[in-house]
Amino acid sequence: MFSASYRRKLILNLTILNNRSSSLSQGFTHHSAPVPVNQFLASFTRGLQNPSLIHLRNISEIQHRNYGSEASIVQRNPKFSTINNDDITYFEKILGAKKVIQDNEELETANTDWMNKYKGSSKLMLQPDNTEELSQILKYCNSRCLAVVPQGGNTGLVGGSVPVFDEVIVNTRRMNKIISFDEVSGVLVCEAGCILENLISFLDQKGFIMPLDLGAKGSCQIGGNVSTNAGGLRLVRYGSLHGTVLGLEAVLANGDVIDMLGTLRKDNTGYDLKHLFIGSEGSLGIITKVSILTPPKLSAVNIAFLACEDYASCQKLLFQAKRRLGEILSAFEFLDAQAMNLVLHHLDSVRNPLPSSIYSFYVLIETTGSNESSDKEKLEAFLLHAMETGLVSDGAIAQDSSQASSFWHIREGIPEALQKAGAVYKYDLSIPVEKMYDLVEDMRLRLGDDRANVVGYGHLGDGNLHLNVSAPKYDDDILAKIEPFVYEWTSRHRGSISAEHGLGLMKAEKIYYSKSSETVQLMASIKRLLDPNGVLNPYKVIPPSLLS
Amino acid sequence: MKIMVAIKRVVDYAVKIRIKSDKSGVETKNVKMSMNPFCEIALEEALRIKESGFASEVVAVSMGPTQCVDTLRTSLAMGADRAIHVDAPSGSVLPLSVAKILKALVEVEKPGLLFLGKQAIDDDCNQTGQMVAGLLNWPQGTFASKVVLDKEKKVATVDREVDGGLETLCLDLPAVLTADLRLNQPRYATLPNIMKAKSKPIKKMTPEELKVEMRSDIEVIQVTEPPKREAGVIVSSVDELVDKLKNEARVI
Repeated sequence: MFSASYRRKLILNLTILNNRSSSLSQGFTHHSAPVPVNQFLASFTRGLQNPSLIHLRNISEIQHRNYGSEASIVQRNPKFSTINNDDITYFEKILGAKKVIQDNEELETANTDWMNKYKGSSKLMLQPDNTEELSQILKYCNSRCLAVVPQGGNTGLVGGSVPVFDEVIVNTRRMNKIISFDEVSGVLVCEAGCILENLISFLDQKGFIMPLDLGAKGSCQIGGNVSTNAGGLRLVRYGSLHGTVLGLEAVLANGDVIDMLGTLRKDNTGYDLKHLFIGSEGSLGIITKVSILTPPKLSAVNIAFLACEDYASCQKLLFQAKRRLGEILSAFEFLDAQAMNLVLHHLDSVRNPLPSSIYSFYVLIETTGSNESSDKEKLEAFLLHAMETGLVSDGAIAQDSSQASSFWHIREGIPEALQKAGAVYKYDLSIPVEKMYDLVEDMRLRLGDDRANVVGYGHLGDGNLHLNVSAPKYDDDILAKIEPFVYEWTSRHRGSISAEHGLGLMKAEKIYYSKSSETVQLMASIKRLLDPNGVLNPYKVIPPSLLS
Repeated sequence: MKIMVAIKRVVDYAVKIRIKSDKSGVETKNVKMSMNPFCEIALEEALRIKESGFASEVVAVSMGPTQCVDTLRTSLAMGADRAIHVDAPSGSVLPLSVAKILKALVEVEKPGLLFLGKQAIDDDCNQTGQMVAGLLNWPQGTFASKVVLDKEKKVATVDREVDGGLETLCLDLPAVLTADLRLNQPRYATLPNIMKAKSKPIKKMTPEELKVEMRSDIEVIQVTEPPKREAGVIVSSVDELVDKLKNEARVI
């Protein structure tokens, strides 16, 4: 019925992204668009000048990482064995040859994170078909003291999903079966390697949605999402995975299979150990199956793009939106004038919905409900009231899906625009909402106006700030002014230095900014208890010095 | 001068189209509906003409069930001054009937320009503009990608996108124009304008009042989905490929 040529034309000419989610970029969990290797490396001359990067070609004993973030030096743990022919023979025996991957090209991809920022030198990737095989792998690796890096879709941003040195990569991509779906309770049980987008389309046919949605959904796997406690844009509505994951099955370092695959919403029998595996980034065990509570799909989605004079108004607007929009509020995002300028300047396809004036802050509100006209009425009434009381200076409501996706495109285009603007230092922080923007202003004062462009945006509804410092090129002086200031500031206001990206390799040493030393000690004890040899995802999450 | 713009409410262009199980048409229950994008472009052009001082009033008109009022409300929020809704059951609004209603409305409102989208994205008919021009015996500029008005001479100069390039027409007003995609980029409905739109009038009329008989000259026999594309196969040799092209696809 709809002419295909018309659709193509509309996309070409208005450059509106037909499917919001496909563009749903990077904004939510990923903070930068992919960059070709050479371009990337060229921009990191500091890194290249460092002789320790030689390990890119050979297995080196020292890992030096400073890609736009403070340098962290990691030594290969000498107690880990290296792969020999007997190991390969054993793995081929238990898995069959095609699941034991030694092909250079495939290993190259698996060794490198998607931003080309972190690179390991593993010589072996295993792709088990099921829990039993994965259990046998871990049992063997543990007994041989072979370090292991669990890997899903490899879409992380903190170097958690790639080897640091020569760890064996255990990839879950073949474990991609949907086990069951209960249409009454909405509980989905599936294997860890299911790609998020496949789960979303599976549920779509049933009239349900996944409680999380993020830019990497076409590649990321549910096991990795749960292991990293991925956030994304639906968090304000459906909460974190600690709430929606009802159960899981995980394999410990020694190969023990821990079956916690409950599908009950309420289960107070003893310690709820599944939470240990949610967000521990594969350092305590490898998640093999997940049971997750999925909400019903609602058809009425409305989006408004608003302008506010100051940050206080954004906050008050959030306060009121939670009350007056209540159950239909599904996203509350903000960006500052600097972010808006970047997007308008660097992305051709974006136009300003509110061109009549320049405002300090922009807010994107999305509602999702079951009744198109009443939801729209509710949103309009709320916004008109906000306008009358001066919280909102101007605004527009999307009248159709193409306008809606163009509003989203502004928010989601920020990382891409930042990438085009030059060098960028990225921080993903949780800060109490009322203090959140103070950091951006403090950072601006600290850096001065001319040297770097400090940009603030993020999930205001979740108190999650994406602080980005954009500069023409990477510069040690700028970095020295940002770090450790940004971590200290966040720590002082009891914020978190990682809101939704995790610690991985990038921030393992920075954990103390957000956790007391007693807490970190307890984490280390748990790690030693579950993984005495420390073979699971070493050098990450917890400072390695605590575990040796 | 007054400009009349025809507005159609259609299934939103981003919605995946589903055929009703009895194959009588497209499923529209619980489906997001929006203004036809070409109508949006036509309205935007009318508003720009008004803003540049060539017109004094923009009237949006729509035919169909009650929900068309929502779409007309959008056109008021974009900047139309008032709207007319001709209430008619959705099955009856086929191009010729719409053209007759538009003609009747033109006789009531006496606009100097009637603007339409070149076609609607639901049925892709591309007929209404031409039909109403014929019924009114007005000159028509269809697929307009540029419109320039001369108020003194009462003439519209219209660029049309035709196969192989642009055609420029000079039309005496009053005239019928239909908008193509490249004519402009429609504006957003801003909050102050949504607020203003609430007090703008939407007049309700019936086909009977306009003395138009909503007669369907077309019978829809069946609506079906296009055939699904079958998965490809990887052939192992040139011989196999040639064999398949010869014997299966029968193209060589």
